[in-house]
Amino acid sequence: MLPEPETLPAAPPAPAEMATPETVLAVEHVVKSFGDNHVLQDFSLALHRGENVVVLGKSGSGKSVLIKCVIGLLVPDAGRITVLGQDVTRLDHAAMDQLRARVGFLFQSNALYDSMTVRDNLLFPLRRHWLAHRRAEEAALVRQALEDVGLGHTADMMPAELSGGMRKRVALARTLILRPDILLYDEPTTGLDPVTSREISHLIREVQQKYGTAALIISHDMSCVRLTADRVALLVDGRCYAEGTYAQLQALPDPRIHEFFA
Amino acid sequence: MLEQPLLTEAGGMAHFAGRFFREGFRPRYEVGEWLYQCYVIGYQSLPLVGVTGFIMGMVLTLQSRPTMAQFGAESWIPAMVGLTIIREMGPIITALIFAGKIGSSIGAELGSMRVTEQIDAMEVSGTNPFKYLVVTRVLATTLMLPVLTLLADAIALFASFVGLNMRGVTTLALYANNVLSRLAFGDVLPAFIKTFFFGFAVGLIGCYKGYHADKGTEGVGQAANSAVVVSSLVIFVLDLLAVQITGLLGLN
Ligand SMILES: Nc1ncnc2c1ncn2[C@@H]1O[C@H](COP(=O)(O)OP(=O)(O)O)[C@@H](O)[C@H]1O
Ligand SMILES: [Mg+2]
Repeated sequence: MLPEPETLPAAPPAPAEMATPETVLAVEHVVKSFGDNHVLQDFSLALHRGENVVVLGKSGSGKSVLIKCVIGLLVPDAGRITVLGQDVTRLDHAAMDQLRARVGFLFQSNALYDSMTVRDNLLFPLRRHWLAHRRAEEAALVRQALEDVGLGHTADMMPAELSGGMRKRVALARTLILRPDILLYDEPTTGLDPVTSREISHLIREVQQKYGTAALIISHDMSCVRLTADRVALLVDGRCYAEGTYAQLQALPDPRIHEFFA
Repeated sequence: MLEQPLLTEAGGMAHFAGRFFREGFRPRYEVGEWLYQCYVIGYQSLPLVGVTGFIMGMVLTLQSRPTMAQFGAESWIPAMVGLTIIREMGPIITALIFAGKIGSSIGAELGSMRVTEQIDAMEVSGTNPFKYLVVTRVLATTLMLPVLTLLADAIALFASFVGLNMRGVTTLALYANNVLSRLAFGDVLPAFIKTFFFGFAVGLIGCYKGYHADKGTEGVGQAANSAVVVSSLVIFVLDLLAVQITGLLGLN
């Protein structure tokens, strides 16, 4: 059962203050190829509770492939992915669905169902995960999720009537309505104008602070990285090339790292 | 159209059909979505099927009249037109119209859902998109095309009656008697049964094309287009098979 909005746990302390941060998502030595296209080669990364980690990589470097392996939309050729203590490559359908109810995925293209209203878009995951509530509760959850993203008035609109930034917010609301423990963002600011992009980046931070969710953010937008990342992992040639805070990576002299910050 | 080699395409479709039978009859059953699809698919095609049925019946009657009159066989027109409609023209014309209308809309709908990642979004929302989208639609087309065909047959027969009355006088009772007395079990049942297969083909091919649409906007158009082309072709092939089978069974 989801907690009521009023009784939400306070955001956990910042990861730096934790003695032994709990790992909620671990990617270990993952390999994924499509024919001769070796996209991921021995990629490893860990995500701790309450932490925002950005995976930074060029377009076509396999960022979406990585995040789709995590949620089980693609199956890695080798390696292990552990989400909330469960090995996703070994789960059956039912267990996978249960796990997915605790992991929110924000698609690069938003993937809003364009035949449904915003409200039905939000209710879809709620009902499909058998988390059906009474009507009044459902309405309250929809309202809360939309208010969290600052779009309280759009419940009866169709996705086609919304702007790009609003659609991104609705898509975020659709993942927030399940109160996930982990959020996966696939290029949350790509295709948005700089101002909207900054708003979305701030929203990502707000969500982290309000609900204490851990987030894996895929991006190549440096302003988004700077605003949202507690830690940055660099995806180059299918490997985790470097890892550290934004400031640490920026200070490194390595030209392959430096080109991202230029 | 058939941008892939024929055998690869056929293999892919056979595999897709196999998945339909494996997954379609195991819970969770998407009854609500299935009923909604039946409503949409049946209702959307009603006007089109009605109009084509009416014109088909009337044209057949008006065109056969001069020839039949040469042989002094005008009284045979109802029986002849009735047989033509019920055995062949009703099922095949309705199926082709259905393929054009429903096959393309399923191909385009699932294609755009694939391209915009809505199918993946369903997958991560605790829904098996194959069951929710494909199984419901295929079952709906399989069930609705026979219903629409019966309707088109009835409208075509009525149009034929109207056509007869444009040049002469026949009572509805006499006309009905004329048609029905010539109809045998072997005329009606095989023709009815094959429409289930036509409906299945339209739904399956539309879903296959949409479900496997290529990324990008052209992928959607291509899915819609090839859904119509391939399912129309398959309808003719199935029709040929049906006539061979009924022949072997001695029903022709
Ligand atoms: N389903 C797929 N089938 C084949 N190749 C794929 C598939 N998904 C991604 N790829 C390939 O993997 C590479 C990385 O893609 P992607 O992860 O989408 O890049 P990005 O880092 O921009 O998100 C690309 O070369 C792409 O062609
Ligand atoms: Mg991507």
